[in-house]
Amino acid sequence: MTAVRTNPISTGCDWTFELVQRYDEAIGKIALDEYKLDCYPNQIEIISSEQMLDAYASTGMPIGYSHWSFGKEFLRHEAAYRRGLRGLAYELVINSNPCIAYLMEDNTMAMQALVIAHACYGHNSFFKGNYLFRQWTSADAIIDYLVFARQFVAQCEERFGVERTETLLDACHALSDYGVDRYRRPRPLSADAEMARLREREAHAWSRYDDLWRTVPAKVRGKRDEKSGNYPEEPQENLLYFIEKHSPNLEPWEREIVRIVRKLAQYFYPQGQTKLMNEGWATFWHHTLLNRLFDEGRVTSGFMLEFLHHHTNVVTQRGFDEQGYGGMNPYALGFAMFRDIKRICESPDEEDRRWFPEIAGGDWHKVLDFAMRNYKDESFVGQFLSPRLIREFRLFAIADHEDNDFFEVDSIHNDEGYRRVRQLLAAQYNRDHLLPDIQVTRYERQGDRSLALTHRRHRYRPLSDESDRVMRYVARLWGFPVRLEVVDADGSEVAVEEYRPA
Amino acid sequence: MSIFIDRRLNDRRKSAVNRQRFMQRYKEHLRRAVSDIVGGRSIRDLERGGDVKIPIKDIAEPGFRHGVGGDREMVHPGNRTFAPGDRIPRPDEDGSGKGQGNQAGQGEAMDGFVFTLSREEFMELFLDDLELPRLARTVFGDVRQIKTQHAGYTRTGSPRNLHIVRSLKQSLARRMAAKGAGKAALDAPLPGRRGRVPFIDEVDLRYRHRIKVPQPVSQAVMFCLMDVSGSMGEDKKDLAKRFFALLYLFLTRKYEKVDVVFVRHTDDAQEVNEEEFFGGQHTGGTVVLSALQLMKKIIDDRYSPTQWNIYGAQASDGDAFGADPEKSRGYLEKELLTVSRYYAYIDIPSGGFPTTSPLWQSYQRITQPHFALKRVASRADIYPVFRELFKREAGISA
Repeated sequence: MTAVRTNPISTGCDWTFELVQRYDEAIGKIALDEYKLDCYPNQIEIISSEQMLDAYASTGMPIGYSHWSFGKEFLRHEAAYRRGLRGLAYELVINSNPCIAYLMEDNTMAMQALVIAHACYGHNSFFKGNYLFRQWTSADAIIDYLVFARQFVAQCEERFGVERTETLLDACHALSDYGVDRYRRPRPLSADAEMARLREREAHAWSRYDDLWRTVPAKVRGKRDEKSGNYPEEPQENLLYFIEKHSPNLEPWEREIVRIVRKLAQYFYPQGQTKLMNEGWATFWHHTLLNRLFDEGRVTSGFMLEFLHHHTNVVTQRGFDEQGYGGMNPYALGFAMFRDIKRICESPDEEDRRWFPEIAGGDWHKVLDFAMRNYKDESFVGQFLSPRLIREFRLFAIADHEDNDFFEVDSIHNDEGYRRVRQLLAAQYNRDHLLPDIQVTRYERQGDRSLALTHRRHRYRPLSDESDRVMRYVARLWGFPVRLEVVDADGSEVAVEEYRPA
Repeated sequence: MSIFIDRRLNDRRKSAVNRQRFMQRYKEHLRRAVSDIVGGRSIRDLERGGDVKIPIKDIAEPGFRHGVGGDREMVHPGNRTFAPGDRIPRPDEDGSGKGQGNQAGQGEAMDGFVFTLSREEFMELFLDDLELPRLARTVFGDVRQIKTQHAGYTRTGSPRNLHIVRSLKQSLARRMAAKGAGKAALDAPLPGRRGRVPFIDEVDLRYRHRIKVPQPVSQAVMFCLMDVSGSMGEDKKDLAKRFFALLYLFLTRKYEKVDVVFVRHTDDAQEVNEEEFFGGQHTGGTVVLSALQLMKKIIDDRYSPTQWNIYGAQASDGDAFGADPEKSRGYLEKELLTVSRYYAYIDIPSGGFPTTSPLWQSYQRITQPHFALKRVASRADIYPVFRELFKREAGISA
């Protein structure tokens, strides 16, 4: 042991505002000056565990519109918390500018420091840097927009009734996975602009209203022909968008609610795509930053023990046959991968040189930064999962094919299997593999106004039974008959079902 | 560069609305669950909260998801024994085999959604839509008590209500006004007037003002009448007890103060404490009338109907003989129903007994709306009976 001059920031386990601030300064100094992390400014809020439950229930947002499903979430978390099934996860951080992070008042000093390093510098820099977040969300406007959404929904409840509003939200929530533009950058959110647009729309309707129009006989045959032909010309994957814009029956306020759910789904879209990376990145940095603090003698070894205890809990990966196995742990795999990249840069072995010639021996900080900015889970795994990690995690792939009445082990961690396992694991993080491919293919504008959705089956995988209920919601939103056509990958039709609005 | 904000004092119950919404939506489920709990729970700790369980599938929010079937591959960690090409039997489709574990959005591995109702919520649900009969009238309409209370000050009153401080304040103000402002103006027409401003004048006097405010009667007395003759076995007493307890619970919720009087009877009636009431076996015949007469006597002695809301609850196996049932009916109608807010009778028939008991037959002819009677055969009947009793009554009085 080399004698390090120690000058710990604190020694006890109780925190005070002053101490938290000093830790934040110390951690921030290392993160920003030494490691050059690029972060939004931080807004750190101290809350009680009860408030943390609240925040959890509303998908982590500090404010949201009222809906029973959030109440359900709240009860679920509360029950689990009371039973001690899960200590409240340590942190919650919001992708906004400034970046809001919550610290729970019951945490010890070490925990607070851990959360600051993890959320305020780890997640924060990820939110600011990753391309998906940069493209798809507007961190500056989200809080304003949430306030707007909350007010608008409350107004609708007042004007049109809680029940009607709630059913509408139910229907929209069921489709929220299909309210996302994946290839087009959405316009930035702005609560003011939303309000202005609403007012304009209403004013326009009022000003154009003239009872006389009713009496004018219908005409224009020629023009209609232009409208014939298939509509939409291209299949549309954003169901909620299509409904908002084209549903024949929705009232303006209903369209607006569809829009709100769609916008929020869009906001959360990158989070689902980067869970592994985001958590891995934040875990990597809290580990690095706090170890650095220890090296500098700014924290005690008691602090480190407590930190390591929590850290190990977080990055535990259980095997498939162990109790409590719940799939790949994003913290574990993500952390391991970022660490592994650093190792490949710093001390590559022969295998690494073969697999990662372009990064082996490079500047680990640049490589990590590049990976954080330009990848999402799927491509990150596809690009950076090394054979060494596959061995460490003992990953294996099993195939479940309809024709067999057994599972077959497809590949394991051996020379023949590495690429295959990596490819399959990457695919597992692909949103398209998780969500059935359902798109709007036809809107009979001239006929019965029915809407056709097409489910293109991915490798013969059917929809679950729930789709029935979802389709009834679609019918409700559309107001006219809705068909769900199931086709196979080669385009051959499998089944059609029609749903009529109640 | 970081900003710290202490939010601990902010509103903590942000989710209260959503929680309420959820409860509203699943009210039926909750009510059923609560009903089950009440059925199985001892009456003593009825007033606890409880865990309720709602089937997950009833509250799941649907979405388009992949179902079972088709081709797919899954990657898992922790392989120790498998080699490529190994075959593993397919787990049952409904079992939570490991093939299922990895699917996104499959929800919890629990079959029910369990959460805890607080004591208040539990009781709220339990007593939900049981409106106390004629309660509204008693509390808000039928004013019986008068209370005096302060209502500011007046210029007139009896000397004993004189408020000295207030009066002197007035006098001070008057004197200042008269002496101070516009001294010259005052002096002009009436020189020397300033010297003649009196220290206290009649207009200064202020008296305490008291008004009489009608007060709703917020106390109730509940009479528990029970037949303890030989034919009333432990089971029957247990049923009766539940019935009394429920009524009691209900009254405690509606009234500030609830007295309970226990009257047991064989061929002779006695007022007893709770222990003796439910414990102890007695032999003897059955004279219902004796209990009714005792109740009347207690009311006359201690519980004036102008100050107490009187509730009667009677339990019996209806095994009365001779003229007793008819006499009892007459006495009840004439003497007791006139002073009671509500009177309920439950008939607990013996196992193989004919369907109607003599007392039941007589009581059935009572038509007053605030009289109710019901038959209870098993523990599970109690709760619905209780609800029905009040529902019916509420319907009539509404």
